[in-house]
Amino acid sequence: MGRTDEGDPMAKYLLLKHYRGAPSSVNDVPMDRWTPEEIDAHVAYMQGFATRLGESGEYVDGQALAPEGAWVRSDGEGRPPVTDGPFAETKDLIAGWMVIDVDSWERAVELAGELSAAPGAGGKPIHEWLEVRPFLGAPPTVTE
Amino acid sequence: MTRRRHRAPGTGAVPGVDGARLRELIPEVIGVLVRRGADFASAEDAVQEALLKALGTWPADPPRDPKGWLVTVAWRRYLDHRRSERARSGREVAYDLQPSPGPVPAADDTLQLYALCAHPSLAPASAVALTLRAVGGLTTRQIAEAYLVPEATMAQRISRAKRRIAEVPLDRPGDLATVLRVLYLIYNEGHSGEVDLATEAIRVTRQLAAAADEPEVAGLLALMLLHHARRAARTDPAGRLVPLAEQDRSLWDTALIAEGVEILQGALARDRLGEYQAQAAIAALHDDARRFEETDWVQIVEWYDELVALTGSEVARLNRAVAVGEADGAPAGLAALAEVDPRLPRRTAAAAYLHERAGQLAEAADLYAAAARAATNLAERDHLTRRAARLRQAASG
Repeated sequence: MGRTDEGDPMAKYLLLKHYRGAPSSVNDVPMDRWTPEEIDAHVAYMQGFATRLGESGEYVDGQALAPEGAWVRSDGEGRPPVTDGPFAETKDLIAGWMVIDVDSWERAVELAGELSAAPGAGGKPIHEWLEVRPFLGAPPTVTE
Repeated sequence: MTRRRHRAPGTGAVPGVDGARLRELIPEVIGVLVRRGADFASAEDAVQEALLKALGTWPADPPRDPKGWLVTVAWRRYLDHRRSERARSGREVAYDLQPSPGPVPAADDTLQLYALCAHPSLAPASAVALTLRAVGGLTTRQIAEAYLVPEATMAQRISRAKRRIAEVPLDRPGDLATVLRVLYLIYNEGHSGEVDLATEAIRVTRQLAAAADEPEVAGLLALMLLHHARRAARTDPAGRLVPLAEQDRSLWDTALIAEGVEILQGALARDRLGEYQAQAAIAALHDDARRFEETDWVQIVEWYDELVALTGSEVARLNRAVAVGEADGAPAGLAALAEVDPRLPRRTAAAAYLHERAGQLAEAADLYAAAARAATNLAERDHLTRRAARLRQAASG
């Protein structure tokens, strides 16, 4: 990244968390093998992270997704959509996202790093891989 | 973006309330409270509360003296907050409830307020938000909508900004360059919501120009007017971007162009050139051409030379290369483009255009496709994809 552009003081980024499909995290233990206290600590960290971003004026949205679902596509006019599910074991699977509004790509990376360090098994940071994706914004008025 | 396509910019109108007049009063009322001894952060909060109350009650019960009403309500709110603070800290309540009205607002106050809101210690997004609230008189919700973030997030961004500048004294001249930069950002950024920020940016820049007799302030105002004049032609009814070369120039607002040119000429006559005057001069040369073919590209290149000399901006170099392509032919433009930082997102789009002008259509199509992938906004990406498609269709047909 490291784009050289003038203008846009603030930009939105999507921090994307995967159930499946991301490279393995450093502390790679499935959540159902954690102790209840470790799960509590993890949830508290995530909530605290979102609260801090709200206080710093950088939080936009955050949601979690259920792992189930199906592919859907149109099958032509007058016919019901076709579904294909459950998902194959190999499908990249999104677990949830957070949308942030920050000053720079560097700040987005810094925040993703913090989120990735949420505590997991043994109370140690998970160090999971998160996807960071810039939003396409609106066009500037002055381009000449 | 889609929101801009399908939703005409609004005026933030509340029935029975002159929104623009109300917004104009906000910085004046903040000034009154500050002169009565309130700190800026508390005064600004109290005035925002008074503004919200005005929007709620004025439609049914308009005041005879809007400014006096706002001052009274805001001052009362300010004192209420002081009292509850003091009660919390267990101290005596002792405060003058009926202070003498302050002196008439002076131009200096306006300038100080603008400079404080655009203080260099603030990140641009914070300066933009604070300027829109304290100088522009917008509500937190309107600003949040404009930048597509939750209202609570925008409220926090503004509170933090105010805490950050809490120690800045209000009695000395600020940095005009950062003020102009913030106003330019408000004008130039894409936005949505009920308040049209381009119009608001012009309004607050007019206010500043009335208070600060500086060529660059006039230059920025002229720049905004000269671009605003083309607004109706910039997108087609389907919301597609229309490049300058293809715009229906009969849609341009000739009154705005005349005003912008007059303001610009007044500024240039003072012989203290700056980047906004130079950009406005380029916009004026485009606005002067009745047809694209009549554009005075030689003069435009000269102004870009000035702009590059003034700013060293890579974006200016990029736009200069396109202008050189029009003035001296596409190969000259491509040679100029070779000197531009390859990381600029719009560089590939400029290369595509120049190759198209040079008749190298296959190469141009590939470059347009690559430029579309590098685009940082949806409208430009769609536009570039369409150009690639058009060239490929022409090549195969």
